[in-house]
Amino acid sequence: MSTSSTDAATQFSGRSQSPVQRIQELLHKYPWVSPLVILLLSFVVFTILNPRFATAGSMGLLIQQTAIVAALAIGQTLIILTAGIDLSVGAITILSMMVMATLAMDGGMPGPLALVIGVGLATLAGMLNGLLVTRVNLPPFIVTLGTLSVFTAIALLYSGGSSIQQSHLPDFINILGKGFSIGGFRLTYGVLLVIVMYAVVGFVLSQTAWGRYVYAVGDDPESARLSGVPSKRVLLQVYTVAGFIYGIAAWALIGRSGAATPNAMPQANLDSITAVVIGGTSLFGGRGRLIGTLIGALIVQSFAFGLSLAGVNQQWRFFATGVLVIVAVSVDQWIRKVK
Amino acid sequence: MQIVRSSVAARRIVAAAGAVLLTASLAACGDDAGSGASGTSGGGDSSEEVGVALITKDSTNPFFVAMQQGAKADAAKNNVKLTVASGKQEGDDQGQIEAIEQAIARGDKGILITPMSDGVNAAIKNARDAGLYVIALDTPPDPADTVDITFATDNRLAGQLIGKWAAAQLKGEKATIALLDLFNDKIVSVDYNRDQGFLEGMGIDVADGKKNGDEAATGKYSGGDYEIICNEPSNGAEDGGRTAMEKCLAKNSDINVVYTINEPAAVGANAALQAEGKKALIVSIDGGCAGVASVKDGVIGATAQQYPLKMATLGMEAIAKIARGGEKPATSDGLDFFNTGVALVTDTPADGVESITADEGAKICWGN
Amino acid sequence: MDPEGEVMALSKMPLSVDHIPSDKRHIYDAEPVLSGRDLRIQWGHVVGLDGVNIDLYKGEVLAVIGDNGAGKSTLIKCLTGAYQPTSGEIYLDGQPVDFKRPQDAREAGIETVYQQLAVIPALDIASNLYLAREERRPGPMGSVLRMLDKKGMAKRAGESVKGLGIQTIQNMNLAVENLSGGQRQAVAVARAAAFGSKVVVLDEPTAALGVKESGMVLNMIKQLRDNGLGVILISHNMPHVWEAADRIHIQRLGGSAGVITPQSHDMGEGVAIMTGAKKLVQDAPA
Repeated sequence: MSTSSTDAATQFSGRSQSPVQRIQELLHKYPWVSPLVILLLSFVVFTILNPRFATAGSMGLLIQQTAIVAALAIGQTLIILTAGIDLSVGAITILSMMVMATLAMDGGMPGPLALVIGVGLATLAGMLNGLLVTRVNLPPFIVTLGTLSVFTAIALLYSGGSSIQQSHLPDFINILGKGFSIGGFRLTYGVLLVIVMYAVVGFVLSQTAWGRYVYAVGDDPESARLSGVPSKRVLLQVYTVAGFIYGIAAWALIGRSGAATPNAMPQANLDSITAVVIGGTSLFGGRGRLIGTLIGALIVQSFAFGLSLAGVNQQWRFFATGVLVIVAVSVDQWIRKVK
Repeated sequence: MQIVRSSVAARRIVAAAGAVLLTASLAACGDDAGSGASGTSGGGDSSEEVGVALITKDSTNPFFVAMQQGAKADAAKNNVKLTVASGKQEGDDQGQIEAIEQAIARGDKGILITPMSDGVNAAIKNARDAGLYVIALDTPPDPADTVDITFATDNRLAGQLIGKWAAAQLKGEKATIALLDLFNDKIVSVDYNRDQGFLEGMGIDVADGKKNGDEAATGKYSGGDYEIICNEPSNGAEDGGRTAMEKCLAKNSDINVVYTINEPAAVGANAALQAEGKKALIVSIDGGCAGVASVKDGVIGATAQQYPLKMATLGMEAIAKIARGGEKPATSDGLDFFNTGVALVTDTPADGVESITADEGAKICWGN
Repeated sequence: MDPEGEVMALSKMPLSVDHIPSDKRHIYDAEPVLSGRDLRIQWGHVVGLDGVNIDLYKGEVLAVIGDNGAGKSTLIKCLTGAYQPTSGEIYLDGQPVDFKRPQDAREAGIETVYQQLAVIPALDIASNLYLAREERRPGPMGSVLRMLDKKGMAKRAGESVKGLGIQTIQNMNLAVENLSGGQRQAVAVARAAAFGSKVVVLDEPTAALGVKESGMVLNMIKQLRDNGLGVILISHNMPHVWEAADRIHIQRLGGSAGVITPQSHDMGEGVAIMTGAKKLVQDAPA
């Protein structure tokens, strides 16, 4: 081997770049930086438009409003990292919520047991999605499009379309809506639980072998398989874990809404996918960080909250959110063009 | 190799199962068409089954669920073969259009429909041209003569009742108002009728009476000054109501009057107020049993009660009667629809506004 | 198999070292690390292998060449557990082995570098090297929390790569997608060589590479051999084969057409034997 051959990689990284190229490369390594910048910028802009945005009370509200979608988006992130997508996220959440509430209603079943059954059902629903994707080899879009209708129908049949008020439910089921205040900043147990979920899943994705397999399966499933990664098993586990997360989110949703209702969160699917995409995770799989999803969810909610506080017209709010998504995806595409 | 083979086999099984299901469902449809056709009208023989379709906006809103259940319970009494259908959600015109077409194909004698929007008018006209009698429920279509008759509740009047009540309760105090509507991305008649009706009841100038949110932000109501803080969409559910109320409170924490599109939204609004340790007059419309209980609990100050079951059963009876050679129903005096009534339910009555108590309301409420 | 049905002890194939450079001859005194005897495979009426014998020694590069359909990849798949031969035996270090699937062969120390490399572009070099064989941190962080020993893996990955004489890859945390084709090949080969392997099989390693990178890869292959592994090289590229191989096994029509060396025959003759234009006269045992 010729020792005079230059270290091509070192040369490569030391080459002179324009500032734009440097930024592009930075964003390539840390894809969650651009959403973070957008989030901070939007905070500044909205505070200028209405100083009430920056109060502890408002921030607390903002975080509570983001929490449920952020939780659902954890599951969606895992699935999108494997180059899949989950359109049944809202349906599984509603099904779990209605089952949990109906079982615990008016002293029917102890709260913890109803919770276990509700979350267990959500986990099984996720597993069903996973089995259809891995055993029957159907594309995730098609699978979850189908199960979306199935789970929605089951939820409606089971609940009879009626909602169950908080007053009919045991404290354990309602508890995630309760919380405490720290100097005007209100923190609910639901929010704390969601933060814990982010920490746990984030740890698993970045510090364990299983986390790497998720990225590998999403980036290049054939290479992963050839390398000895148990691809099908990992995929099934991803969908199952996502189902479990949706079940926990259902529990938090009851606490927040003050009722269990089949009409909750009609936009859950789109909102969770938007949070993931804006957070810098690629829809093609294999790239993205969980923290990005949290930032993405916060951005979407900040826009809704901030524009409302600023007194902006309804239609313009939609416009802004739409532009936001397009910008976020365009930036993602540009980042990927790093040479 | 193994994996490819098993997935091909699996796909074949799924396809076969699908084909079997499809054939079975077609066969079932065939049966329905058969029995419908045999019930052609001739005399006023009440032993002949009459086919009626009930098409609501969706099947999740408790209001429509109650309507469906009430109709189903009553169908047997009138020897009516009832088919229940709906759109998938508010705003799903296409779902209703398809249901109308299926009713025509089935040979039903009449349709009871809560029209989603004027997007379904053309389909309704087709049904009437095919000889079906079409009754609109709950919401008159626009224009009203799209259907043969409307059995409605007057959403405008309902709004006005609660508006008048709120104005009286304020006793001259400044009204700091939050308006929690249904949508901000769709325009639906129940949304603007209830919202604008409430404002009219309060004596506030509504500018364009078919448009939410175009009123002057400040001005005078019948009892004094007012300020409208926000129009926020709630999607008619608790979580949406809560988020909407939180946004309004963030703008101005002194809100003392909250109009809500329906009782689930009111529950959510109340949760938000409680979390901030605030109180306000919350008014709503629907009158379901859960909502009436909320009035009794003091969560909702007053709600305008409507009678979806009554609408559905009266409508069904009317169609059965017509199919058997009887008279067509007539509109109520001074209105272009048959009014099935509305009552204000509150435990704190106001002067000049008739009302019934929560206990009385609980006796005639719908849903659970 | 002898008439009593017992597996016979492995006897080396006759091998002439006349055309092997003298400094390498000692390799062939040892037992072959991987051997196939009378390997046959048939699918219905289609004959894949027609009784093939092959010996691979530690410290040599054995090229396997042959026209399309001659049975090169079939032979390799039998040796690496992807196929099960209909009859015949395979020996590893003189002991008979039976690989039911590729995982078995990998666990026994036979690694394959596929033509499409099987590296994950989004992951970094160290992650790729340790893919499906990750190492955890010592103590409870590793066993309970299952945390990966990222620093340790990066360090050992760097050592593996250096051990193959590759100078152009310094930063183990660089994502593989930033590497050139040849550098990716290097990562794939380093992965194959890193895990106590005995045999590394390379399937068309230079097929997609330019001149300079091919040179780098061939040097890497020779380094593997010098590190004591047995290397099987499958290639269509005759100049590369003649440059890197110590011996060349020629596969033709499902059977072996013989074994030559770059010194005993030139490329033209090799190709002639491969296509059947010429028949090989095997030297008598020394």
